[in-house]
Amino acid sequence: MPTPLLEINSLTQQFGGLTALTDFNITLEERQIAGLIGPNGAGKTTVFNLVSGFYTPTRGAIVFDGQATLGLKPHQVTALGLARTFQNIRLWNDMSVLDNIRLAGHHRLDYSFWSLILRTKKYMATEKKLEIKARGILEVMELADYADELPKNLPYGLQRRVELARALAAGPKLLLLDEPAAGLNSADVEGLIRLILWIYDEFKISIWMIEHQMKVVMSLCQHLMVIDFGRTIARGTPKEIQNNPAVIAAYLGDANI
Amino acid sequence: MKKYTLNFFFLALALALIAAAHGNWLDKYTINVLIAMGLNIIFAVSLNLVNGYMGEFACGHAGFMCVGAYTASIISLMCFSAKFTAAPLLPAWLSPVAFPVIMAISGLTAALAGFLVALPSFKIRDDYLAIITIAANFIIISLIENLDVIGGPRGISGMSRTVKAMTATLDIPWMVIWVILGAYFSIMVIYRLVNSTYGKGIPAVRQNEVAAEIMSVDTNKMKTVAFMIAAGLAGLAGSLFAHTYGTVNASSFGLLRSTEGLVMVYLGGMGSLSGSIMAAVAFTLLVEALRLGLPALNVFLHQGHLLPASFDLSQIWNWVIIPLILILLMRYRPEGLMGHRELTHIFPSLRRLITLK
Repeated sequence: MPTPLLEINSLTQQFGGLTALTDFNITLEERQIAGLIGPNGAGKTTVFNLVSGFYTPTRGAIVFDGQATLGLKPHQVTALGLARTFQNIRLWNDMSVLDNIRLAGHHRLDYSFWSLILRTKKYMATEKKLEIKARGILEVMELADYADELPKNLPYGLQRRVELARALAAGPKLLLLDEPAAGLNSADVEGLIRLILWIYDEFKISIWMIEHQMKVVMSLCQHLMVIDFGRTIARGTPKEIQNNPAVIAAYLGDANI
Repeated sequence: MKKYTLNFFFLALALALIAAAHGNWLDKYTINVLIAMGLNIIFAVSLNLVNGYMGEFACGHAGFMCVGAYTASIISLMCFSAKFTAAPLLPAWLSPVAFPVIMAISGLTAALAGFLVALPSFKIRDDYLAIITIAANFIIISLIENLDVIGGPRGISGMSRTVKAMTATLDIPWMVIWVILGAYFSIMVIYRLVNSTYGKGIPAVRQNEVAAEIMSVDTNKMKTVAFMIAAGLAGLAGSLFAHTYGTVNASSFGLLRSTEGLVMVYLGGMGSLSGSIMAAVAFTLLVEALRLGLPALNVFLHQGHLLPASFDLSQIWNWVIIPLILILLMRYRPEGLMGHRELTHIFPSLRRLITLK
């Protein structure tokens, strides 16, 4: 049996007296699209923040691609092959779209500080390579026309796309998408579904997403997990989840109150 | 070749200045104003790396200049005078070669001091970091003022011996040359840094620190780099200051000097290299204008009996007018004159005339 891409064991996170996440377990195999759903405040983004190293968990273990990530800084986790997007877009708004993409390769820069100051051949070659790679990603993500624009001047849907492109530029094995469809209209959502499927096939990566829109989750995810108040209440295929009484109760309230 | 038009213009300007200083076509006062301008340029562009590009509010920049000035003075006196050692450690003819080494060591020492301020910046930001940098400025000044070995509150002097030694070896205006080279080096380092993918990690910290940290930028390292380079270049300016004036005193690197740096950076525009340079030039001219203008105004007002005879407009009014400029600037144009843009953004045609590659 191959080692799973991501293995999380009894992950627990407390903020002061509040337990945001209790005994969270998941095993993600390579090449799958998984979903994490749950009502508002269930702790979904907390899971992503823990996985990407932004929080240090109170308890539990995270093994990504065979390596324990506990104690690693977020940029070190990114270097292992994990990239993410954010629920509320976080782009670098005062540098061009191209620079946004280019900067996602920051951990792969191999020139020294002095070669930067002296602009040595190696520095120039590395910068050139990065730019070509970034332009390539913009090209396939159909963003090439906006390379020199500032992200803040782009419409919301395009900003989401830039953020996706930036995550891909980091060269991930696993892509975490935090509500990629938030704020998109229904036509954009259709496009997003196609785009995510295309990324999944083209970049041969695994995807784990938090999403509220059932349409997105149902048409993309092979595996779903539902959490509520930090506890896992269901897991299975989208079909199974749809008919799970615990899930229905969490979303719509318990009929027996 | 058109690409190099402005580069040649600046080179010609530099050579003209050196020639003018050499041929005594410019009087000593003008030369000193020009040198002050060069030092202010280094001071402002280096502070801009932290305050403008990285978006932290560091207010103790003069402390690093002080470290550089003292380091340079001590090494210089050890090498070329008998103040600390029984005899000069180096022969005088070696001074033109030794001086850039002294400049480099001063820069590195100041960069180390910058590292100590960078450490708290990992966890602390905004106002709290500003307070820490002010405290660091005070610590450096008090520390030096209480070290009697290096002159204590009286300061340290005699560095003109080194300059004289250089002139004796070869009679050219050395300090003008070093200041021009120092300013060029500072501008080049910062320009190349912020235009590289590596260096863009610094503005990424300002624009979205969370995204920077999660999307592969080692933010702690970028903060360290920014603080150390800024401090190092300020130290370089300090070493030039010490040798231009031949005497240093810790008290001249206090909060007032740091405030001058802030005025220049915010006047020119945060994150704008050309803005900082222009602001440094304008600010130096303003200070000189006030130096000459205030006494003139004083006389004028007294002749018109607009001021009571017992009251004189003194140079202290510099420190009413300069902070007032800062207040007005923050009120009416908080992003500064250029505000994260370069001259080449405003006049794209300039781009054809200049290259910093």
